[in-house]
Amino acid sequence: MVAGLSFGAAGYVFATEGGSVALRILAEDLWLFAAILPKVALGCLIGALIRLLIARETIERFVGEGSGLLGLGLAALIGMLFPAGPFTIFPLAAVLLTSGADRGAAIAFISAWLLVGINRAIIWEMPFFGPDFVLFRFLISLPLPVLLGLLARAPVLDRIAPRTAKAPPAGNGGEAGS
Amino acid sequence: MIVLGFTLLLAAITILLSGIALRRGRSTFIKGLEDAQGQFLHLLPRLMIGILGSGFLAHLMPKETVLAWFGPDSGFTGTLLASLAGVLTPGGPVVGYALGAAALKAGADFAQVIAYVTAWSLLTLNRIITWEMPSMPGRLVALRCLVSLPFPFLAAWVTMALRG
Repeated sequence: MVAGLSFGAAGYVFATEGGSVALRILAEDLWLFAAILPKVALGCLIGALIRLLIARETIERFVGEGSGLLGLGLAALIGMLFPAGPFTIFPLAAVLLTSGADRGAAIAFISAWLLVGINRAIIWEMPFFGPDFVLFRFLISLPLPVLLGLLARAPVLDRIAPRTAKAPPAGNGGEAGS
Repeated sequence: MIVLGFTLLLAAITILLSGIALRRGRSTFIKGLEDAQGQFLHLLPRLMIGILGSGFLAHLMPKETVLAWFGPDSGFTGTLLASLAGVLTPGGPVVGYALGAAALKAGADFAQVIAYVTAWSLLTLNRIITWEMPSMPGRLVALRCLVSLPFPFLAAWVTMALRG
């Protein structure tokens, strides 16, 4: 998808405006790419080390306790620091829900990962936007996950989703079709 | 300056974590190095293609259209369009940042790009369909989307208020 867009755009520029314009853009981009490489390497190292050093159980326990504003803050903080892709975050949030975290904490956790995830910001966002944009966006987004969690806890929304997920049923039979 | 400081900060964090890992044992540290190397090699081609592409996309983006739709005078409609674009942007983590950065270079307003990135982060359909719906309770996904709706606008508004 990205590759198609990129090569398409590059090919189009080359075809319509000639090699020199294409080469100039290519050189600028290559320079940018070279400049961000060390940061990408460091980001990878930090992610790998944190993942190894913090046990999954520890993370679950702390978010699971979250119920007050402190819980939301903690859930958001962990979402912010948790170095993982969407294939880890959403299942983890689902597990947290069934182990006692309420919907506010789960949403604060997911939102923090989405909006102010350190890993995402450093590895993906920084190379494209540069530090000024990222820092500004990061700072104004910082309170949003807790705000989202609070909003999600509003009693009005009880009709949309239960406050917390029920523990998974012990038996597998007899539940289908309900 | 900021870039350099940030890189140094990252290096410091890395060294600190490496130290903690080494105290846990050499194998933990080696495992960390191997994981990091794997992720780095995984990212490298994606980032390269994305960055090269965003340069060309920025060059190709019709400046007049970007200015008219998302420029400094685009107002609430611009924020609405930018948020909608964020929801509909396909693809993995690179596409949204690449397009946003390209639009910024082509003259889009800072606040509208903030709205775009916020909407894309919170509400992109692609991620919701591919990753969130399969692993989360459907009602919770619906609730998360509902409470997230105002936030691209809030982010754009705060940006305008702070940057004048």
